[in-house]
Amino acid sequence: MLHDRDRIFTNIYAIHDVGLKGAQSRGDWDKTADLVKKGREWIVEEMKASGLRGRGGAGFGTGMKWSFMPKEASDRPHYLVINADEGEPGTCKDREILRAEPHKLVEGALLASVGIGAHVCYIYVRGEFYREAEALQRAIDEAYAAGLVGKNACKSGYDFDIYVHLGAGAYICGEESALIESLEGKKGQPRLKPPFPANCGLYGCPTTVNNVESIAVVPEILRRGGAWFAGIGRENNTGTKLFCVSGHVENPCTFEEAMGVPMKEMLEKHCGGVTGGWNNLKGVIPGGSSVPVMTKGMCDSALMDYDGLKEHGSGLGTAAVIVMDQSTDIIRAITRLSAFYKHESCGQCTPCREGTGWMWRMMERIGEGNAHIDEIDLLEDVTRRIEGHTICALGDAAAWPIQGLIRHFRSEMEARILEKAGTQAAEPVHAAE
Amino acid sequence: MSETPMSETGDTFAFTAENLEAAKAIVAKYPEGREASATMPLLTLAQRQNDNWLPRVAMDVVAEMVGLAPIRVYEVATFYTMYNLKPVGKNFVQVCTNISCLLKGSDDVFKVCKKKLGIENGETTPDGQFTLLEVECLGACVNAPMMQIGDDYYEDLDATTTEKVLDAYARGETPTSGSQAGKRVGCQPAGGLTTLNGEG
Repeated sequence: MLHDRDRIFTNIYAIHDVGLKGAQSRGDWDKTADLVKKGREWIVEEMKASGLRGRGGAGFGTGMKWSFMPKEASDRPHYLVINADEGEPGTCKDREILRAEPHKLVEGALLASVGIGAHVCYIYVRGEFYREAEALQRAIDEAYAAGLVGKNACKSGYDFDIYVHLGAGAYICGEESALIESLEGKKGQPRLKPPFPANCGLYGCPTTVNNVESIAVVPEILRRGGAWFAGIGRENNTGTKLFCVSGHVENPCTFEEAMGVPMKEMLEKHCGGVTGGWNNLKGVIPGGSSVPVMTKGMCDSALMDYDGLKEHGSGLGTAAVIVMDQSTDIIRAITRLSAFYKHESCGQCTPCREGTGWMWRMMERIGEGNAHIDEIDLLEDVTRRIEGHTICALGDAAAWPIQGLIRHFRSEMEARILEKAGTQAAEPVHAAE
Repeated sequence: MSETPMSETGDTFAFTAENLEAAKAIVAKYPEGREASATMPLLTLAQRQNDNWLPRVAMDVVAEMVGLAPIRVYEVATFYTMYNLKPVGKNFVQVCTNISCLLKGSDDVFKVCKKKLGIENGETTPDGQFTLLEVECLGACVNAPMMQIGDDYYEDLDATTTEKVLDAYARGETPTSGSQAGKRVGCQPAGGLTTLNGEG
């Protein structure tokens, strides 16, 4: 388990002053100019050495991503875009950074920008986070007033501007190319890749899109060294991570832990355990709504990192841990997610636009028991026809929770159907015919 | 993504002098020639000025300001769910019913809202005081269940506290946002800190 001395977010509960003075007293903005002056290459190498993987869900190496930006300056400016469009059900960690640790994000934005050769950063905050955007803007205003950002930021000789851009309610804008479209003033519909944003992103210019948490940990990593971060967790799964645990635990909460912490220990230490005790656990969605559910048997031994959860056919995602005890109607829970994906599909690709509605309607019927047993296989087949057949990962994200449900809780689905069939000999309904 | 038909009112819309200044500052955030980027923030500004809904004339004003054909702005305004294309109540109540809230009792919260306000999902009270809407995840999951009224989040709700919050708004007050359970302020464990408690 992680010690407080290795925690990056030391004011995540906003117990202390969140303003510039308070942030500086906790070590933020300490000799930032020295880090800036070490230059682009040093920053990228240090980030690579830290092993930090993107905290927004995909887990791509942050240093590696930065190294994809063109090395030679051209007439096209480089942009850093920070994704604060947090909306993955179960996920609420970036919100805490925005309102409690905004200076870590602003300082990280400066250092990351140096790392990718950018002089302008946009932070795309979901529209519902109006108060959080206000908190972030206050921090930016403080940083400008103190000369920490703007012309000659921190007296380092580096010019850097940073702006907040508010979204207006579209989950899909969390996808990086949809976010760029949205930032350009269009509908948030994902772009085909390639070209990747590093070559052709915002306004057709080289752009790096990073999650809030990935950027907010940058200053501490650079100050303490990539090796320090890499020494926490295990290989390929290094560092600390904000976990947000919701659902059926005694004390749902957000906290920073070491990667690779055992799930059971984590839930018991920080969340007071599963309601009714560990044996009352039914399943856990360990990384936000888009990753498959895990059974209690898997949770017994699971380690909370990318590889640890992949081993169980799920994923770390955003590290939003959704805990469900035995009282949960798991078919209803997953159906609610299906409704969500149907609502949030941007409508661009047919398999997703039509498929998410299809899957949701089938899930609704199965939840009522108003279906035929064969339709579980049909539903599984439909998920396979959506997965991997769309421009962005929303199609996959809609398919995986249902696949997880069928894989682990098929008997419950069958029981629901048989129960209904027993009470009224329903005509089997075939959705596809 | 919005299912509401576009309003066709013949009213006029103009930014106030103060908001016109704010609008200029917004446009200045983006590079020259990229004024289109200001479309969403300007629509938001217009909506906030116009009792929280966007008439078509306001979209036209924004289109003119950012140099886009009006249809481009209509596309944006109808894609994003936060733009209200018809009038809404003074207090816009949005209840999250997504998975974390569902697990922690958002059914009760939503039921109380409907009963208390006497309206169904998507409706506005006849006196124009409240609009109720079931929404997707609002990103406060460890404080579930929750609802947003205006700009503020009300968290860790149950039937009783939901009713209390609505009563306060009905009286014209704005109750303190955040956790309503009285055990914590933010996202820390309600049982007491397990980190950052000075124990190493």
